[in-house]
Amino acid sequence: MNADLVIIVTAILVSAASALLGTFLVLRRMALLSDAIAHAVLPGIVLAYWLTGGERASLPALLGASAAGLLTVSLVEWLSRTGKVKNDAAIGIVFPALFSLGVLAVSLYFRNVHLDMDAVLYGEIAYAPFNTHPVGGLEVPESWLVMGSLFLLNLGFVLLFYKELKLATFDAGLAAALGFAPGALHYALMALVSITSVGAFQSVGAILIVAFLIVPPATAFLLTRRLPVMIGLALGVGVVSSLVGYGLAIWLDASIAGMMATVAGLCFALAFLFAPQEGYLSRWLRRKRERLEVAARLLVAHLAHHDRAVPEPEALEEFGWNPRFLQQVKDRAVQQGWLEVVAEGLRPTPAGLAISRGRLVPEG
Amino acid sequence: MTAHSTTDAQPPLSVRDLTVVYHEKPVLWDIDWEVPAGRLCAIVGPNGAGKSTLLKAVLGLLPRASGQVWFFGKTLAQARARIAYVPQRGTVDWDFPTSVLDVVMMGLYGRLGWFKRPGAPEREAALRCLEQVSMQALAHRQIAQLSGGQQQRVFLARALAQNADLYFMDEPFAGVDAVTEEAILRVLHQLKQQGKTVVVVHHDLETVRAYFDHLTLLNVQVIASGPMEATFTPENLKRTYGERMTGASLPMAPSG
Amino acid sequence: MLELLHQVFTDYTLRNVALGSALLGVVGGVLGAFAMLRRQSLLGDVLAHAALPGICLAFILTGSKQPLLLLLGGGLAGWLASLAVLAVLRHTRLPEDSALGVMLSSFFGFGVALLTFIQHSNNANQAGLDQFIFGQAATIVASDVLAFVGLGGVALFTVGLFYKEFKLLSFDPDYAQSLGLPVRGLGTLLTSLTVLAVMVGLQTVGVVLMAAMLIAPAAAARQWTDRLSALIGLAALFGALAGVSGALLSATRDNLPTGPLVILCISAILLVSLFLAPLRGLVWAWLRDRQNRRRIYLERLLLDAHLLHNHAVLTPQTLAQHRRESLSAAERELRMLQAWGWLEASSTGYALTPTGHAKAHELEAAMRVGAKAPGGP
Repeated sequence: MNADLVIIVTAILVSAASALLGTFLVLRRMALLSDAIAHAVLPGIVLAYWLTGGERASLPALLGASAAGLLTVSLVEWLSRTGKVKNDAAIGIVFPALFSLGVLAVSLYFRNVHLDMDAVLYGEIAYAPFNTHPVGGLEVPESWLVMGSLFLLNLGFVLLFYKELKLATFDAGLAAALGFAPGALHYALMALVSITSVGAFQSVGAILIVAFLIVPPATAFLLTRRLPVMIGLALGVGVVSSLVGYGLAIWLDASIAGMMATVAGLCFALAFLFAPQEGYLSRWLRRKRERLEVAARLLVAHLAHHDRAVPEPEALEEFGWNPRFLQQVKDRAVQQGWLEVVAEGLRPTPAGLAISRGRLVPEG
Repeated sequence: MTAHSTTDAQPPLSVRDLTVVYHEKPVLWDIDWEVPAGRLCAIVGPNGAGKSTLLKAVLGLLPRASGQVWFFGKTLAQARARIAYVPQRGTVDWDFPTSVLDVVMMGLYGRLGWFKRPGAPEREAALRCLEQVSMQALAHRQIAQLSGGQQQRVFLARALAQNADLYFMDEPFAGVDAVTEEAILRVLHQLKQQGKTVVVVHHDLETVRAYFDHLTLLNVQVIASGPMEATFTPENLKRTYGERMTGASLPMAPSG
Repeated sequence: MLELLHQVFTDYTLRNVALGSALLGVVGGVLGAFAMLRRQSLLGDVLAHAALPGICLAFILTGSKQPLLLLLGGGLAGWLASLAVLAVLRHTRLPEDSALGVMLSSFFGFGVALLTFIQHSNNANQAGLDQFIFGQAATIVASDVLAFVGLGGVALFTVGLFYKEFKLLSFDPDYAQSLGLPVRGLGTLLTSLTVLAVMVGLQTVGVVLMAAMLIAPAAAARQWTDRLSALIGLAALFGALAGVSGALLSATRDNLPTGPLVILCISAILLVSLFLAPLRGLVWAWLRDRQNRRRIYLERLLLDAHLLHNHAVLTPQTLAQHRRESLSAAERELRMLQAWGWLEASSTGYALTPTGHAKAHELEAAMRVGAKAPGGP
């Protein structure tokens, strides 16, 4: 089978499986908890390798490894419940400790075995074509089997509990009152994040999985406010960064997983700058327009108090604006038909007098 | 001496055309507002009227879309040393590792200037301010061990340490015990006797007439502002709180 | 161990290692204390992860492995990442944790890509760049220690200079601004000093685990004191202790990354502090709680016995029936009360002693007061 195809499909499966869960992590403000989980499954994975002889870990052992992720979640929650440590600090304390245990074990016992530091850092997706498994007479890449089942598992979870997830995400209190168990849902989500982290570990390593979990959904978050659209966009961003990242990695001879994370980050940067609603550019333009709108109304309302036209220098001093801004405000007010510029200065039109008498506070 | 009295001929606070826009919506609109010297002035209005925002905008803690503010006829930067601010106590983390005395001494940081550390004279001054709010016994307590009312009194003492001429207090009476309420009132009257001006965001229409002598009714705009008796009228309150609020729910009807 | 200590003072390499990691501990502890109090613990994590692409770019652009140069590149990248986080928070409604996660993982991903790009480009000079990922204390030489002293010295000196302002900024930024302090500038300054701390730690602990050197010493110190100055001092001490012991441990064997060992040391210190610190230790709280529960249990038991004694007979059978428990439990409880001197055996079963009576009356009086209190004035 074509090696490129194996790698690309694996990458897309990793992105898709992660983006499905990541959407809810971003919305539920648990992005960094997933970061902690992804780091902390390392000791579990090391243990799984050790228990199964070092060369290859068996599936049950790997499933057991994801328990380390849940352990992290409970530890963090326990620490912040004691009130001795704030929640963010608790995360920053628990995962480095667990990750350190894992790294130490790798460097002490697994040097030059199947697990090495590079694998921990950025996985070995490039080796995906070499590990195949016979299924019905066909040699299917193992990574397809693993990530494919994880994708289906996560998809099933999201489809099955879509209503509950949506409710628990946007109103945990109401969800509990209606008899759903936000706690159970929370732990189910955390368990899936753990299992996905373990499954994706071989492909992208322990740290970069976070880029797949968080960055595409965060990008989608900037582009839409509707949940189904957000999930779709997150999947799309994941797929695009897989494809482009792979191409760049081959071209530059760099780590595939690292390049995919980089491209995902670039997607985020683009969304941050140019998103139609939330983007920096459109916000800046909108804010400027609305500031002018408010200022124009303010100017007209103020002029309405005078029974004569007000010279521009007087208005300038009154509002503490600079001449350039006054010019823009003036243009805006004239354009709206609220203001006329006469020889003696500025004077509101009848329409301007009407709006300054009416509702002063414009609806947003 | 003459120069001093000319400055004080200016009102402690004078605001012109102040507009504040938050998330592209005006929360304060074209505020013209003046507070005369030596008054205890309450700012009252419904939730979301922009009461705290007004204090913050006046003090330069929030950006303003337009408007000018003068303190004693000067700009904020020039008059900074004569102004003290008591924020809402919920805005800080009371688990912060510091003592009551330390917090009160923060009121002296402005006067100390850069690089100088507070020493014995500052300690003395801070203790005197704690005494004014009956908290001297708790000077060395960690602030997490205080009740809500005690926290409020610590904030008040910190502002007193600034020895200002104009005080801004954001909801000092919110959720405090009777002892604290009494202590705050005592301080307010002392400040008034010393000729200082106090501007307080207040939420309780029941007590506003008893506690203050000047009133500003606010709902995005200044609805009315002036001496208490002239301003605290059913019409003004209705215009501030809306028609929904009928006479029955408003504690007016002057009884004496 | 003693031999190791002896070597610290005589062995050139070991001395540099110990000095370098001690400096890291001190600077990380001090700056981490402010980061923790400003609830920016995890910003340090982003800063540190984001240093990786900076280190790699510095190498690609200059081709030099001069440590100070690489550290500067790393610091610059970390600083940019923190600015990016702040920009995203200011201009979008993305939650803070997601903004942190995005910057952390994209910068780190870019760093990994650059690192592998350098490694694959067959540059003979590249070996050793990956030591910045988990730290390798053994590579610290005297000139590095000198660079650390410079970086750390600037950071500590600035903290000393602006101590009072940083304290007020961390506690109550609004009030600080009302006093006329330039809070945004001070905040940026504090974050920049954290960048210096990260730079000191890159060679020792590495980018992935550096965050813990900022968070854990301060969190541990917080358990022992309620004063900021003491907290900062203790955080520096704990950080230095962990730094030195971790680095020395890693120097005992080849190829042992320093970062994880240092982090495990500081985690151990934190664990001890959480459980045993005299002020807030969990063990003491747990013991107090247990004692309280036991006292309440005993008092309830005495009142039950008192009731039965006054209105019926006090035997194991009646007590077991009254408390709906097994006979053996009732017998054990009666023996317990007897041991306290509140009960004595009598002809019909058990009777309260005078001390038992007195105690029961005292408890009843206390309960009456307690029940009345809410209705009081």
